Formats: sequence, C-alpha cells, structure tokens
Amino acid sequence: MTFSSELEQRFAKMLACYPPGKQRSAVVPMLIYAQDEVGAVTPELIDEVAKRCGVEPLQVDEVVGYYSMLHREKLGTYHVQVCTNISCMLVGGEELYEHARKKLGIGNKEVSADGQFSLEEVECMGACSWAPAVEINYDFHHFVTPEKLDKLIEDLRKKQ
Amino acid sequence: MLYNEPSPLETRILSRRFGMEDSASLETYLTTDGYKAFLKAREMKPEQIVDEVKASALRGRGGAGFPTGLKWSFVPRTSPKPKYIIVNADESEPGTCKDRLLMEYDPHQMIEGILIASLAVDAHAGYIYIRGEYRYLIEHMNRAIADAYAKGYLGKNVAGTGWNFDLHTHSGAGAYECGEETALLDSLEGKRGVPRMKPPFPAVAGAWACPTLLNNVETYSAIPFIIREGAKAFAELGTPKNGGTRLVCISGHVNKPGVYELPLGFNMIKAIEEVAGGIPHGRKLKAVVPGGSSCPLLRAEECDIPMDYDTLSKLGSMLGSGGMVVMDETTDMVKVALRIMRFYAHESCGWCIPCREGTTWLRKILQRMVEGNGRREDVALLGELSKNMLGRTFCALGDAAAMPTISIVDKFAEDFEKYIVPEAVLV
Repeated sequence: MTFSSELEQRFAKMLACYPPGKQRSAVVPMLIYAQDEVGAVTPELIDEVAKRCGVEPLQVDEVVGYYSMLHREKLGTYHVQVCTNISCMLVGGEELYEHARKKLGIGNKEVSADGQFSLEEVECMGACSWAPAVEINYDFHHFVTPEKLDKLIEDLRKKQ
Repeated sequence: MLYNEPSPLETRILSRRFGMEDSASLETYLTTDGYKAFLKAREMKPEQIVDEVKASALRGRGGAGFPTGLKWSFVPRTSPKPKYIIVNADESEPGTCKDRLLMEYDPHQMIEGILIASLAVDAHAGYIYIRGEYRYLIEHMNRAIADAYAKGYLGKNVAGTGWNFDLHTHSGAGAYECGEETALLDSLEGKRGVPRMKPPFPAVAGAWACPTLLNNVETYSAIPFIIREGAKAFAELGTPKNGGTRLVCISGHVNKPGVYELPLGFNMIKAIEEVAGGIPHGRKLKAVVPGGSSCPLLRAEECDIPMDYDTLSKLGSMLGSGGMVVMDETTDMVKVALRIMRFYAHESCGWCIPCREGTTWLRKILQRMVEGNGRREDVALLGELSKNMLGRTFCALGDAAAMPTISIVDKFAEDFEKYIVPEAVLV
C-alpha cells in the first residue's frame, strides 16, 4: 500500500521518533492518520501498518477494536460528532443530538445514503465550558444550537 | 480570539499570555520571560530543581493531586537506562477543557516546563500524548516544536547550554482510559490502553520499561514560573500544601461558563456567583461536580468552601482535574447518574471484572429506572454495587465510576423517589 507523499513523510518521521526497536509505538498514530486518507481501517491497512511497525497483523487488529476513533467501516465525508456527556447534557446536548438524528435522517454510527454524512453520539471531547459542542471531522464547534447545527450541515451540503 | 472572556477575579500566572497577539509564537514567548527559567535551571543542580518544585507545593493537575516534586524525586536519575518525559495531554475527564488552552495559547510555556523536568531527571527525549480528538492541537504543537528546533530551543545544544533534548507528539485515538498513566504508557507502546499492575511505578519502569516522568499539561506549564519566580512565590498564591493557581473549567448551569485561572483555596460559591456570573434564570444551586465526573458530587449547602485538595478530601470528594460542573435546582440527579454511568460503562477497558460488570449493571439499573421500571430496592442495590467496586480494580476507573454514583445515591435520595413504581417489572 502506498499513501500520499505527505503522509509517507509523516510516517517516516513518526517511525524515527521512537527509540530503536520500539517502532510498534507508531501503531495507533499511524492507524488514525492512515484512516483519514483511506477512509476506514481496512484489512489491507492493518497488514500494511503491521509490516511497517514490525508486528503481527493480529497485534494491530486488537488495537483497532479498542480505540473508539478507529473505524473498520467507512464514515461519511463529514463525521458529525455530538457530545451528550454531562456538561453538554446540562445545556441541551441530548436535544441537539436528537435534532442531528432527524436532520441527517440517520442514527448513531450510521452513514447517510449518499455517503456524505455520518453521525456519532460521542463522549466528552474537552469543550465543556463552551457546551454544547459538536466536532465535525476534526473541527470543533462550540455553543451549538439546533439552528447553528442546521446551518453547519447546510453549508457542508452546498460544498458537495 | 479567546473562548471566553477572562474574569477580573482571576490570578493569571499560567494563562498570562492568553489573549496576547501571537501568544503561541516563540517570539512572543521569548519577549515575555521565555526560557529565563530554563537558563536558571541549567545552573542549578538536579536535586535543587526537584527541591524547588517540592517547595512550591505544586500538586498534579491531572486529577490525583499527587505532590509533583515528590513524583520527580522518584525517578532514578542515575539509572543507566534512558529516561523519558511524558506529557499527559489526553484530557478526557468529563468537565475538563483546560489543557487545550494551555497548548493552544502557550505551547512554549509547556515545552520549557518539559525541558526543566528533563534537567531534573536527566532525560533526553519526551513525548506529548495528545488525545486524537485534539487533532488541531497535535498539528499546532508540531508547529511549535518545529519552530523551537529551528531556533535552537529543542534538539542539540538547547538554548546554547549544551543540553540535548528531543520532543515529539503522539496521537491517541479515542479512549478515556488512556488518561490513566499506565494505560497511557501501553497505548504509547502501540497496544490497547490497559492499565498495568503497580508497582513498579512509571518512575522506575514506565515507557519501554525505562524510568519515566509523567505529568499533566498544566503541571509542566506551571514549572517555568516556579523556577523563574521561586517556589515561595508560587506556593504563596495558594494555601498551605496547595501551591499556586489552577485553571478551573466551569460548565453547566452558569451565565458565563469558561476556563478561569484561580488561586488554590478560592471559594467555590464565589467562583460560581462572581467569576462565572451565577446561575441563569435566578434559579438555585443544587449540586456541583467539583473536579471532573469521577469526583463525588457536592450538595449546594456543602459548596461554601475553599477549593483546595485537602478541603475537598475532608468532604469525601476530590479537587480532581479542575472540571467543575454546576447544576441548578431543575437538574434530575438520576439522569445525571445515568449519563455518568453510560460514560464509564463505555470507557471501561474490561480488564477488571468489578469495573466491567459493575459499570454495565449500574448503567442497566439506572436505565431501567429512568424508563419507568424502578423498584424501591434498586436504590440500595445501586449503592451496594458501587461500594463493591471500590478498590477492587487495577486502575482508578472503577472507583471513578463508583464514587459519583455513591454520592448521588446518598445525597440525592429524594430524586429517586419519583422513579420508584410499585408495578415495576424487571426486563
């Protein structure tokens, strides 16, 4: 498997930053960055990461099952993550999540038919003082209201 | 742009550069006392650095509140093995959002703190473990690190002093458990984030079985001030054994939620009323999570207290990670307990049975109650189950799930009444 030159550069740097013989350490960062480019953690990607980090594919596979941001199935182009943990819940996070479900017409960890959006009810993502919070891919949005979320989604739809 | 307006009641030590133009740049850092502390520390003996940190009464800002200087003294600096500095930037404790700001607005302050720590324990490499959700901060820290390398503040011959130190970021991928230090180390080594048996403690056998110093972002960020201005100046900001300031993340039912830097010992009610602008709609305070969702909750009448580690401990709670969640009189504490337990059940790594099964069953019982099938005996069952998890797991996640639950059952029993129905059925 080959990746973009930018990612290849990142991986080369990554593998070199751990002590000699400890390249297994690159497994998690490599998976998450590769997932962003490939779209999902595929069996081929697992084999590739295993090869590059000098471990067995099974050792990579067991890691994939543990981390909630690693996905074996493709997410939408825009992965909408709505936090409903306690700080967000107190100021409307659960209602916001319900609103997102209706707006996108999909449930938790589902992908829209056109592949454009996926939705996830997530745990605390560190935006408690600016709640309720939504993260779309890696972009944080704070003090999100249903109206604000509608606009975010509409703007992304227009970008298609 | 700042995430929230600062308050005039703040004591801005760690956050002094927040809001400055280009606050994150090395240039700004250097023109505002940057690297003075490192140069000073370079002239000190390692033991003197550790003693200074001890005297500052700085306690770990990640949650446990362990005295930082003491932790530093546990690292065997003369060990022939390489020693490592690890930064816990896995900020995941519900209610906590401060490390984000320290890295975003003042990355070089943390880097300088790391460098001083490296002098103290004779380490020449460090890793900043940043949660995967903070991707923008990983890239932001990478840029700050690259700039520091380019200008001679990392790498070979740091600031012309002959000291060598390499620093790297490391991305997590979504796991609360990895904020626990030994789970973080397993994750750093490319494995599932499962906690390790202690001892040996990370100070002796941490990353790749080498001596490792592991502290929170805010802890390292406090070091430059302590070395530059002296331990006494830092200690005096707080109360005895509780030195300095801390970034308090106020969320929930307040008019001005935000992250505010307050001295240790600041009154909790004053923080809610004056710093965070009070509770909206003229409502009354009902409960406070004092330091992240793992901490036992306080009832309103328990909140007129100085916020320091020892006062909270005497009240049977914890100052934790600085995540203070404010709840007004309309809050349904059973729903709060359920939401907290949904979180812990999701995040339990499954390694220890009391935690894995305990969190799952607590979640199921609370869910059943909220869905209209609560039995009178469920309240006692919740308490009993939680108490049986305490101290029976490798790491603190089991306790973290049990403690808030016990406090809600004990202190807000009246909230459970409306969920008790005679015709309840077990499903």
